[in-house]
Amino acid sequence: MAQPVRREIRFILNGETVTLPDVKPDELLLDFLRLRRSLRGSKEGCAEGDCGACTVLVGRLTGGELVYESVNACIRFLGSLDGCHVVTVEHLRGENGGLHPVQQALVDFHGSQCGFCTPGFVMSLYVLWMREPSPSDARIEKALQGNLCRCTGYESIMRAARAISSYGEAGRDLLAKERTDIAARLAALKDGARVEIGSGKNRLIVPASVDDFAEIYAAEPAATVVAGSTDVGLSVTKQMRDISPVIFIGGLEELQTITEHQDGIRIGAGVSYTQARDFLAARVPALGALVDRIGGEQVRNMGTIGGNIANGSPIGDTPPPLIALGASVTLRHGNVRRCIPLEDFFIAYGKQDRAPGEFVESVHVPLPAPDAHFAVHKISKRRDEDITAALGAFNVQVREGRVAAARIAYGGMAATPKRARAVEQALIGQPWTEETIVAAQAAYATDYTPLTDMRATAEYRLLAAKNLLLRFYLETTSAAKPFRVKRYEEA
Amino acid sequence: MGNHPVQDLKATRIKGGVHAPERHDSAHKHVSGTAIYIDDMPEPAGTLHAGLGLAGVAHGIIKSMDLSAVRSAPGVVAVLTAKDIPGTNDISPSGMNDDPILADGKVEFHGQPIFCVIAETRAQARRAARLAKVEYEELPGVFDIRDLDFDSHPQVFPPLTLKRGEATEAIAQAPRRVKGRMLLGGQDHFYLEGQVSMAVPGEDDEVTVYCSTQGPSETQHMVAHALGIASHAVTVEVRRMGGGFGGKETQANQWAVLAAIAAKKLGRPVKIRLDRDEDMAATGKRHDFAIDYEVGFDEEGRILGVDYIFALRAGFSADLSGPVGDRALFHCDNAYFFPHVHAKSALLKTNTVSNTAFRGFGGPQGMVGAERVIEEVAFAVGKDPLEIRKLNFYDPMGSDGGRNLTPYHQKVEDCIIQQIVAELEERADYAGRRREIAAFNANSRVIKRGIALTPVKFGISFTKTESNQAGALVHIYADGSVHMNHGGTEMGQGLHLKVAQVVAEELQIDLDRVRITATTTGKVPNTSPTAASSGADLNGMAAQDAARQIKKRLIDFAAEKYGVPKEQVVFLPNRVRVGNQEIPFNEIVRQAYVARVQLSAAGFYKTPKIHWDRSAGKGHAFYYFAYGAACSEVSVDTLTGEYVLERTDILHDVGRSLNPAIDQGQVEGGFIQGAGWLTTEELVWDEKGRLRTHAPSTYKIPLASDRPKIFNVALTDWSQAYEPTIHRSKAVGEPPLPLGISVLHALSDAVASVADHKICPRLDAPATPERVLMAIERLKAESGR
Repeated sequence: MAQPVRREIRFILNGETVTLPDVKPDELLLDFLRLRRSLRGSKEGCAEGDCGACTVLVGRLTGGELVYESVNACIRFLGSLDGCHVVTVEHLRGENGGLHPVQQALVDFHGSQCGFCTPGFVMSLYVLWMREPSPSDARIEKALQGNLCRCTGYESIMRAARAISSYGEAGRDLLAKERTDIAARLAALKDGARVEIGSGKNRLIVPASVDDFAEIYAAEPAATVVAGSTDVGLSVTKQMRDISPVIFIGGLEELQTITEHQDGIRIGAGVSYTQARDFLAARVPALGALVDRIGGEQVRNMGTIGGNIANGSPIGDTPPPLIALGASVTLRHGNVRRCIPLEDFFIAYGKQDRAPGEFVESVHVPLPAPDAHFAVHKISKRRDEDITAALGAFNVQVREGRVAAARIAYGGMAATPKRARAVEQALIGQPWTEETIVAAQAAYATDYTPLTDMRATAEYRLLAAKNLLLRFYLETTSAAKPFRVKRYEEA
Repeated sequence: MGNHPVQDLKATRIKGGVHAPERHDSAHKHVSGTAIYIDDMPEPAGTLHAGLGLAGVAHGIIKSMDLSAVRSAPGVVAVLTAKDIPGTNDISPSGMNDDPILADGKVEFHGQPIFCVIAETRAQARRAARLAKVEYEELPGVFDIRDLDFDSHPQVFPPLTLKRGEATEAIAQAPRRVKGRMLLGGQDHFYLEGQVSMAVPGEDDEVTVYCSTQGPSETQHMVAHALGIASHAVTVEVRRMGGGFGGKETQANQWAVLAAIAAKKLGRPVKIRLDRDEDMAATGKRHDFAIDYEVGFDEEGRILGVDYIFALRAGFSADLSGPVGDRALFHCDNAYFFPHVHAKSALLKTNTVSNTAFRGFGGPQGMVGAERVIEEVAFAVGKDPLEIRKLNFYDPMGSDGGRNLTPYHQKVEDCIIQQIVAELEERADYAGRRREIAAFNANSRVIKRGIALTPVKFGISFTKTESNQAGALVHIYADGSVHMNHGGTEMGQGLHLKVAQVVAEELQIDLDRVRITATTTGKVPNTSPTAASSGADLNGMAAQDAARQIKKRLIDFAAEKYGVPKEQVVFLPNRVRVGNQEIPFNEIVRQAYVARVQLSAAGFYKTPKIHWDRSAGKGHAFYYFAYGAACSEVSVDTLTGEYVLERTDILHDVGRSLNPAIDQGQVEGGFIQGAGWLTTEELVWDEKGRLRTHAPSTYKIPLASDRPKIFNVALTDWSQAYEPTIHRSKAVGEPPLPLGISVLHALSDAVASVADHKICPRLDAPATPERVLMAIERLKAESGR
């Protein structure tokens, strides 16, 4: 049966249903809002998903439920919004038509100075308040990891954030009231069609299903595949790269399943960091804590674990722990699948074991053995929303005082995420003591020759990487003593 | 700000007068996205957009520039190069003629604008700009000041020397001496709104430029200069900026000028908005410094003599590096009396972007140098640095023990640092926590805590005397509503609100009767940039002057009309008592209009007392000083150098605050910005002179989760300006920034604990986790641990 094709994208913008037959493959949501709709409340501060001045909400039906998430409009492609509800700051208002509770709290607590970042803060706090009307400071800070303010020092914004619920009830909010209506309207937009707009060098495709995607990509292996756009978005805003033809797979729910099996968990390639977070945290707390330090909330809502693997970056945060856990990745070309160890997927800088037209479909992750010590330690210049300088993942089993098994992998230390095989060998069979750790630290020079760049020098990377092994060891010896700085006790 | 506000005619106090904690006048617009920044203004039909061609080498001669592909790219209307500039290809603010608008033949830093594309859309202009083929003859570049010979290396501006007493001899004869060097990084402004201008051509040679600028008059003059026309043909307007911090003082001019040139050439409006990466590559930053110091002191830790060289990275041109270096020297004493002092600046030319003003303007760098010296002395004599600080403070106000002369020979007459520090020590329980921290550290192998309490004394005034003047324009319309305008610009600091509060107070009308309007060179001419923390001091006074002139006319009018002595015309909230009757303000205004009384006035102010002789290094450089102190505590991971800011307590002096809510925000925000400068904000240039930290992905300003876990900020409730400033308030823009130095010293204190506080950590800044760890490693090695 031929796949029905639609030649326009359809979504809801604030209250209005928008139908667009003229969407460029690299057209960004922020440009659409500001230039084509003159909705200029959302600002461009960085055009790379870091500062959050462009934050808007995107509502989508997932598993039949309408979920709103904050996103960076500056790197979110317009074509990826088919079937979504886009909510901008212009949509907010209070019950009496005045300011919304989030807005009024920010005004009353002096939460804006120059005001340029403020609409973004409003949107981030808005989505937090909808979900958690009385958040802890830790939760507020997490919700604001993707919003930079250069004026206030944040304290006044925190005061406002704590007070929002005294200004209004989330249940009486506009989006809550409209919820049934919007959900119905979004459901009505879902027609099961593939979207194809444009032709030749100016073409975008939104596949109708994973099978549809597999077929399209096999036929057009030169196409750019975009899931969360947290990486490709920058190649457009910064390098002005031509990404056509582009395939937007962010809406494919089939790729967004995360499931537990006897031998581990299976993460669909389209699962966002946010979707994975609680699931992972419940099973492997160290992974939950790691996810909280990837990007800001907006990036976590868009970025996917599959994308973090597929782009092959040596400083992606998820591959080292997944490698340490012995994960394997399923690649698919058309209807042909193959499964390889994740560590083998990364061949060299910029080179992965992925054939043209082949895509990462899922990753299978064995859980740590019950007696294993598992930890992930990320080092960056700034604790939150920063790119890794060095990240170590440790999966060590100690039996009768000796190291029975060890899988250790690092990011930021080589041209790919890489196992510390010499270190592992120096540990295996040895007593689990500080002497062993000190001896094993000498093996790092065999495993890694890191680079110096703007994030860290080679010297620091190597030293810190070694010391992370010691920290890992020390934490297995005593749970009570602090061996790392913490802002809050991890939830 | 309703259309028909009802004034309370029985009120005992107006709404929103001076000292009231009013909310920012634009807050409701900020939160709803309706505050209009330059890029949000509706573009006139036919508006074109500019894109920049930036140099691909740091130093070189342009051998050839093939722009044919650029010109033929889709949407391109014109390409401007240096030869398209009708007037002078220079925007040097210091008269050095070394700041080309577009590089002409020679490139002096990586990212220097060499051409400008004008196209139908911004995306088209940006894409086209990449199609240029430029060939360079590369020349050797200087990208780092550390290894330069400060005496022989070319400088961009004549350096300054301050001298009082005989420092060399005093140091030589001192019982103890220490000598060292500190490296101190620069800082990108990271205003959230990048540089942006929109120029609209007018009749004849006229042009109006809407520009995100802190100095509309200077922008106006630069546009005129570049177009080769008189200033009266150019109007520059700005309602608000999305942050400035000094980065839109001189740095806004280049973009305004390019937009204006293109607009006049093409007869169409032209907008230019820099991408963040372009903005960071092509605009100047806070200067990084190498500070060489030698200090002589006695066994108690009393400083006897200090010798400093403050060497800064000027970049390729002078810009404001001369006065920035000056202000560093003016603050090399911070709050301390140096009996003998010699300090000189070195304004080193490098092949990097020309560094510029940034909140504090060299002052914070000078104070970092002062605090390093204090720390060295403390470690040398084995005392808590706070003891050494207190031992060396200037004489307190009202007592003259002969320890009150600055290195520039100004007498410090208003010193209140003793009282501030004493009160803060108490509030923060410094002594108790120092004991707790020592106990914690003794029992913690990996995590070490540190604490530091550092003072701030910051000089208020432009050192360029002519900048200490301001103008304002106040109209009262016949309905009694007031239109207020002045030369200051709004960048989030609440300046317009404060000045409106001053006007409301003067006329005794509710604040919502005073309309805040965009700053424009057409209303108030020859204004100074809103900089040096001077905004409210200068413009508040000028606006008060304007309001007083009109008030006087109203008094004269009412006295005559109602036949009462002038003393019996009294302005009460929203009304005027004339003899025995009370007349609503609006009514008196209406009557005055009917009687043909002029209801508009231009106000003016110039700061008294100040003078400065740069060649002699002497003068009364500052009208007064603002004071403050901060106490910060950190936890440091000695395995990785990572840290957490546990707590900060601040007590800061703003005199009698014009608006305590606004001032509290300035103090909180200034502290965090200062802490960011000294911790995670690191600028990295590579061996080719390319800035590698050119976007927020690589340049890390503080987040909400970087602020102190416990953050107690208070304004002194007892202080008032020693001089008759506007309602005895003090400036607040810059002074809080160096409160962030407390974080650097708390980190240093934690680092020092690994060697039992026996070795000065000499922690350079920014104290990234890497620098912290490397300092720990050095101390461990030196102490044999």
